Amino acid sequence: MSHFAYLAVLVGCLIGTAGLEIFLRTRVYRRPVRLIATIIPVVVIFTLWDIYAIKSGHWTFDPRFVTGIETVGNVPLDEIFFFIVIPICAILTLEAIRSARNWLVGDEVGTNE
Amino acid sequence: MTYTEIGLLSVIAVVICDMYIFRTRLIRRRIFWASYAIIIFFQLVTNGILTGFRIVRYDADAIIGGSTPTKHAPAFIGDGRLVFAPIEDLLFGFSLVLLTLILWVWHGKNGLQRQPVSGPPVAKVAKLLRSK
Repeated sequence: MSHFAYLAVLVGCLIGTAGLEIFLRTRVYRRPVRLIATIIPVVVIFTLWDIYAIKSGHWTFDPRFVTGIETVGNVPLDEIFFFIVIPICAILTLEAIRSARNWLVGDEVGTNE
Repeated sequence: MTYTEIGLLSVIAVVICDMYIFRTRLIRRRIFWASYAIIIFFQLVTNGILTGFRIVRYDADAIIGGSTPTKHAPAFIGDGRLVFAPIEDLLFGFSLVLLTLILWVWHGKNGLQRQPVSGPPVAKVAKLLRSK
């Protein structure tokens, strides 16, 4: 079970923010194309950073608490999920404030640069 | 490069992306800072779990503070750490969050699933928000 400790933290983040989609109607998961288009470059850039940091010994992972599945450049699968989950939570937070407060973000209908 | 150096460079890079490349200018909007204030709180909580239980360990050569100890948790605060995590994680987190929001908003500006828009909240929550 402890092999899922890191993933459990990420699942907690998704469960914790799910209420924003439901009760504040953030509609982030209902815009999957935009969500995926946002997340892919983030995952690529931060995985590159991770590869360099792991290779240079900046940080290591306790093998007891991660799945043990490694992806490119010895990056644990858990880390890839981190780079997907945290951006989702960040977008949900921004859209939750927009829903609650109607503050401008810069992408409103009618605005175009 | 150390984690400290990469962290600083990444913050500069995302700020340049925001101001001059994608021109989303999020750092000049209160909605960004309000979002970031909420996110940083939860970052400290979740990252505190990951670093306090030493699921992720750091090397002294890469950060301002010392290495994650082998036998016990790192300092809660002090030795270049905040809630167990190296302060460099704040630079990492800021870059991750700002880059994400830049791309999200930029895609929206370009008409990629600008709709359905966020809100309004469900009736009960809306009422709760109004009463405040």
